[in-house]
Formats: sequence, structure tokens, C-alpha cells
Amino acid sequence: MNDMSPIASEIMTSVNGKPFKLSRRGFLGASLGALVLGVTLPAARARAQAGAATIAPGSRVAAFLEIRPDSTVLFRSAFIEGGQGIFTAMAQIVGEELDVNPANFVVEGAPPGPDYLLTGGGRFTGGSMSVRMSYDAMRKLGASARHMLLQAAAARLSVPVAELSTEPGRVLHSASGRAIPYGEIADAAAELPLPTDVVLRDRADFRWIGKPVARLDVRDKSTGKAQYTIDLKVDGMLHAAVQHSPRLGGEPDVLQNEADVRGMPGVHSIHRLPGAVAAVANSWWRARMAVEALQVTWTEAAGTAHAMPADFSTEAHRAKLKATTGDGVAFEAEGDAQSALASAARVVEATYDAPYLAHGQLEPPSALARWNDDGSLELWIPNQAPEMFQAEAAKLAGIAPEKVLIHSPMLGGFFGRHFLYQTANPFPQAIHLAKAVNRPVKLIWSREEEFLRDTLRPMAAVRFRAGLDASGMPVALSAVAVGEGPTGRWFGRQPDKVDGSAVEGIAGKVYAIPNRRVGQVHVDDPAIIGFWRSVGHSMNDFFYETFFDEMADAGRQDPYELRHRLLADSPRHRTLLEAVAKLSGGWQRGPFTAEDGTRRARGVAMASPFGSEVATVAEVSLQQGEIIVHDVWVAIDPGSIVNPAIIDAQVNSAVALGLSSALLEEVVYVDGMPQARNYDGYPILAPDRMPRVHVRIVESGAPMGGIGEPGVPGVPPAIANAVSVLVGKRLRSLPLSKFDLRGVDG
Amino acid sequence: MELTINGTKHEVDIEPDTPLLWVLRDELGMTGTKYGCGLAQCGACTVLVDGQATRSCVTSVESVARSEIMTIEAITEDTVGQKLVEAWVSNQVPQCGYCQSGQVMAATALLKQSPQPTDEDIAAAMVNLCRCGTYNAIAAAVRQAAEA
Ligand code: FES
Ligand code: FES
Repeated sequence: MNDMSPIASEIMTSVNGKPFKLSRRGFLGASLGALVLGVTLPAARARAQAGAATIAPGSRVAAFLEIRPDSTVLFRSAFIEGGQGIFTAMAQIVGEELDVNPANFVVEGAPPGPDYLLTGGGRFTGGSMSVRMSYDAMRKLGASARHMLLQAAAARLSVPVAELSTEPGRVLHSASGRAIPYGEIADAAAELPLPTDVVLRDRADFRWIGKPVARLDVRDKSTGKAQYTIDLKVDGMLHAAVQHSPRLGGEPDVLQNEADVRGMPGVHSIHRLPGAVAAVANSWWRARMAVEALQVTWTEAAGTAHAMPADFSTEAHRAKLKATTGDGVAFEAEGDAQSALASAARVVEATYDAPYLAHGQLEPPSALARWNDDGSLELWIPNQAPEMFQAEAAKLAGIAPEKVLIHSPMLGGFFGRHFLYQTANPFPQAIHLAKAVNRPVKLIWSREEEFLRDTLRPMAAVRFRAGLDASGMPVALSAVAVGEGPTGRWFGRQPDKVDGSAVEGIAGKVYAIPNRRVGQVHVDDPAIIGFWRSVGHSMNDFFYETFFDEMADAGRQDPYELRHRLLADSPRHRTLLEAVAKLSGGWQRGPFTAEDGTRRARGVAMASPFGSEVATVAEVSLQQGEIIVHDVWVAIDPGSIVNPAIIDAQVNSAVALGLSSALLEEVVYVDGMPQARNYDGYPILAPDRMPRVHVRIVESGAPMGGIGEPGVPGVPPAIANAVSVLVGKRLRSLPLSKFDLRGVDG
Repeated sequence: MELTINGTKHEVDIEPDTPLLWVLRDELGMTGTKYGCGLAQCGACTVLVDGQATRSCVTSVESVARSEIMTIEAITEDTVGQKLVEAWVSNQVPQCGYCQSGQVMAATALLKQSPQPTDEDIAAAMVNLCRCGTYNAIAAAVRQAAEA
């Protein structure tokens, strides 16, 4: 099928910095022909048009697959690779049905187009959705391609299809002992219509799905060959650096030393941008030196959405959230929490809070923009949603969406960083600069600019009240979440409705507490908030699962046993809880003395994020007041799986991030300015604090859940619960490093 | 100014206080060495200077003009480096991969100096940050390469 979609492969070729085979004009014209429809329509219109042209996303083999003469497969993934292993998972799923070893796949991020709208009619890489949303479609796609190859082989050999079979990479005719490599019949197969009905492989016969298949990108990533946006280069390219207004909403006024800066080595030009100044030079370091030398007077621009107030402080905002009153808008209610609380034998109350967090992905954001002679705009940008970026870029550039070509290179980590976030994306600046200098421009944000403009996990507080009966069993739970969720911020909030991203992890818990109410009090967040790996769950499960231990303690119950009892009617969760206990050698809360003489304790937590179920146990000790996490055990039930090795790696990664957030991370603002502008002021988990991680995968057969995020939410509460046992008091705010725990060492 | 990188001499015309990192990346097109923080915090920019793991983002190019510089681009031409790459692959270390050039270079410096490192040696030498949390896999890969 080499010639089924040569154009998109040309698009991808350019990502690797190789020369185009076609002229840019031919390239664009041809790509419009090949991709046919609405390359960049907003999701709703694209859906409508795809429907009208009967393009069912994920069905057209040509849009995804190219079998090359050597029988290797070029696959265009609807989802972007950023470390979560999605390219390998796609190769496993498609390869299984196509009958090609995943190792013979080359996978690239697909350009925008209706074929790739596999995430609920739209397209993004996030919400731990990639595999579960596309699994069936991708299997069918692989099977369809195999079917076409079989038909082409039948024609070539003049035998009925029924006499043919496949083995990895070739079609066999066993009666005559003949074999044809896929690469030899790919062209002929590409001419055939898509089959309407294909039979999928039986699960029992899977060779690659469900197996720890090696990742496709590991060697390139171990030898420096993997290329990220920040590494790309095109002919004639200039480099750019920016200095942003210290507070969002400022505009550059006077540039006192502009003439001097213009004369600095390598400087091409100086520019004013919305909310920033930029220097363009012949290397990034020179651009950075120039832009940072600029002495800028900033004035306030009226009407900037979410302008940062000059007096904003995170401490004051936290106090404001905690001081709210009222039960807010109900999100989840069962029974009658209010009366049950009123008649409870004992009521437990506590207020929790969690700080803003930065993404801290190791690759600083960048964007490479090139205006082509035919008026089209080409962008190489880190992104989790190509069509959305394309639509926005078109609007900014004042051209039709199909005139914007989006390349989506490998991401140097994302964790929610690379959605469309307006002021947090560098590409609008790159578009502007490339136009202004009439040359391609690669803009990189320094780490300091990234800390200034990253979107943050919102700050939140939760007020809990629990009612216990005389035997210490919880009979009522009321939780009021206070703050703002990122989904409402970016996709529209209805004032009378609760944004699920603000309460997930407090709502949707699995314990059988008969009277429950989860409400939300919305408070506008002055910061630019965004999605952070596991979103609301990243803090809400901390709030809930630590408060759970408070309830257990108040009722004189062991927190593991109480969870176990409250899961009596929920076999899936009970099994998982038992699995993590077993994995950790049997539940023991402590404090106990470990072999090395340290005094240790364990905490347990459960979470139900992104369609998967997770149970986590952590073992901690204290040394000179510093929390040491020795081991984390995670039992995860994603229903069914594609690659256990990738799940293990993702859980390790999630434990690291969850631990980092529990112990260390906090974005602090004073007078509207972030106090940390690099990792020195915003420490992230270093290797010496990494615990051993033990993973147990449970396949319950429930509908497939996510993998990338679910490991995170259980980690902070498991750790905080363990620490509370050692220190004898509850720690109700993160990060735990802010508590002075000296004097309680074991 | 003349630089010796991976055994090859390169002539560069640049301000002498420019960080080595940006000479490698922008002047010489060697983008395997990464920019993460520019402040000696993360180690994504680690290269070897006369065999020592060095953070190239805070190393002026003039200070290494008379040194042997080794970058990730030459990793498989180096016996120790090659062994480490194989261990990295067999332990499936990288996730996003962005920190991994620096991690492999730090490990190369370690094994060149201590071919049989203790766990403490590994902990002391492998201090680069990884936001994806590949730390356990990194330590396992270093141990495996040392035993190979
Ligand atoms: S980029 Fe040099 S240490 Fe981070
Ligand atoms: S693998 Fe992503 S930062 Fe290390």
C-alpha cells in the first residue's frame, strides 16, 4: 500500500528534518487532494462532514497504514507519543490483526484529518483514553488491511482467498507452498475497496496484544536520535526567545535600550508581541541573551482575560477557599446525608487543601513556524490535539484551516501540558515572528519563561463532615469541594452545574456509605489553570482517602479493614484491595520496626480514575524529619490490557509523580508573581527519593480503562496516611515537606 | 575557536562565554544533548569533558577549548557507551526519552571511572532528573551494564 497515501508520509518526513521530495507548492496541493476533507475543521463541523462523506474515523486503511516494499509498516497514529508508549501499543493492536510483528512498525503522529477523530468524535491524547477509545477500531483496521492483502494475493496466485492464510509479514498458499511478502502486493491491495465485514482474531490466539512487547522508540531514545520539536530545523530558520510580562495582562511599553540590544551579536530583530517582547537571532542563545537584556516597561492592558491581579498571593487564595461556607451545588447525592449527620453518634470534620502545581515536563515548550510561498503556514508544535491547534492557528493567521499544516513531533513529557491553552502556548508567538521576519522561526521558551506561563493544576480545598454510628461505622459523608476545575475553564462552565473535573475523586468513590453528598462551591481561580496528570483525581483522592483514615481512627477501626468492610458488595474493588495487601506481604499499618531499625508505617488508598481501579500501599519512615518512602505497592485493574511492561513503566512513572507532588511540589505566588522560575525553586523528585515500586496487574475483564494517569491519585494519600501513623497527627495540606516533622523519628 | 568533539575537530566562531550546550545544538547541529533548565539543575545537557560528566548548559565553550568532549552522538562508538545502550534497551528505560541522553552520558562517566560501582556509587553519580520517573530502571540498567 505504498502509494495509498504518500503525501502524509511526506509531511512526516519533514519532521525528521529530511528534505522534502516534493516542492512545497506540490506538497501542499497534493496533501489537500489526498486528505480530501476538512483537514482542520472544528470538531463539530468535521464530524458532520465526515458523516456526510461517510468517513468513519479509524476505518480507512489508507489514512493509517502504508506497507512498504520491504514489508515494514508505516503507521500514522491518531495519538501522540510522549512517553506513555502509545506508538508501541498501536503497533501491537494493529499488528495483531494485520499479522505483522510490531517490531516491524514505524509509527508517527498523524496529521489533522477526519480519519483520526477517535476520541469521542474529536481528537486528543489525554484522559488516559487513547487505547480504550480506539482499540476496536484499530483492530478492525488491521484486519481490514489483512483482508485486502489476502484478496490481492488471491488475484496474483489465481487461487480462492479461502486457500490462503498469513504468517507475520506474508501471505501463504500452503497447497502450493508459495508465499508472497506483504510488500510485493501492497500496491495491488491498496486499489481494493475496504471490506465491510472482517473477522477479528480470537483473544486466545493473541501473540502481541497482552504481551510485554518491546517499545519501538527505546533505542533511538537511548542514543540521542529521538527528535522533539525543540530539536527541529528547517532551511533558512532563525531562532527566537521571549520575555513575558511578569504578570499576565501586561503589555510592553518602552524598550529603553532597544538600539543597544539590536546591536548585540547575531541579533536579527526585536519585536513586540501581545504580553511579551521577543528577540530573533541566528542562534537561540543569542536570542535569549538579547531578549533578557531588554529593559522593558510594562503597562496594564485593559480587558485581558484572566489578567493576573497585582496582589494575588497563593496563601491568601488558600485562606479564601477554606473560608467559604455553604454546601454548594450538589454533584452526587445518595440517601440523606444531612439528617444522617444530625443523628450520628459522632461527627468528624476536617478541611483539606492542595496547592497549585506546575507540569515540569523536561522539554521546554517550543514552536517552529514557516510561512510557505503559497500562503500556507506550517507548524511543528508539541501538542496533544492537532485539529484544535490547527483551528486556532488558522484563526490567528487569518487563513483557512486547510492552509495550516500541523506536525506533531514526539513530546518530551506532557502530563497535560500541551493542550490548547492560549497564553500558555508558544505557537501564536512563533506564527507572528515568522511572518514579521519573513523567514522560518523556531521559538523556545526558556525554563524561566515556562515557569511564568505554564498552566497550573488548580488550587483546591475540601470541607468534609462524616457521621459515625455507635459502633464506629460511617453512616454519612458530606464533602464540599471549593475552587475551579480545568474542564470548565477551557470547555465552558455552566453556572448551575458542577464541573466534574473539580470533584472527580471525591465523587465516584466506591465505599458503601449509605448517606452521601458531594457538592461544589465554585470560586474563580485567578491563575491560568490546566490539566495535570490525573486532573482532579490528583488531589481529590488525596483529600478523600486521607479523610477516610480520619473516619476510621475516629471510629476505632483499622483503615484497611474498614475499607474492606465497606467494599463487601463490590467484589472487583475488594479483590483489588486484597491484591495490594497480598503484594505487600499482608496488611500491617504499624508503626513497626524494620530490619534496619527504622520505625515505619504503612498507608493504604484506593482510587477509581479514568475507567481503571487502583489500590496503593506505601511504606514510610522519618529521618531527621524528612519523609522517606521505601516501597510503594500498586494493584491496578484496567479491565483488560495491551502491554503489561508499559503498564509497569507507567505505574512507576505515576508513583514518581504522585510522590513528587505529595512531598515537594507547590507553586507559590506573591504579588502576582511565581516565586520559582526554575527547578531550583520548584524541586521535583530526584532519584535519591525514588522508592521501590511493585506492580500487580489484575485483569477483571471489565471494560478497558486508562493507564497513563490512574497510578497517580493513590500515591499521595497512601503516603500521607502512613506519615500520620508515625507522627500521630493528620496532615491535611500538601506538600508534606512544609510540615516540621523533626523530633518524631523512629 | 577549535573544539574537539567525539574525536573530530570543529572550528566555531562564537562569543567565548556561550554555553557549550548551545554551540553543540545550534552551531554544530548536534541536538542529542538536551536543554532542560539551563541552570545545572536537571542534567539533560550532560556531556563528557575529559571523561567527566559535565553540565554543558553552564559550561562556557572557551573553558573546554583544549578538552576532549564526548556527546551522545558518539555513544555507540564507545565500548562502555555501547554496553550501556544495550542495557538501556534491555531494561526498556526511556519513557518520553528527553532526559535519557544525559542519563546515558552520566552513566558512561560513572562506568569509565568505576567499572564495578556499588549501589552508593550509582546513587552518587546518577543524579540527573527524570520527570517520567524512570529512576529504578536507570539504576537497574547501570548495574546490568557494569556486570556485562
Ligand atoms: S539543561 Fe543543563 S542541567 Fe538542565
Ligand atoms: S524519560 Fe521523560 S524525563 Fe526522563
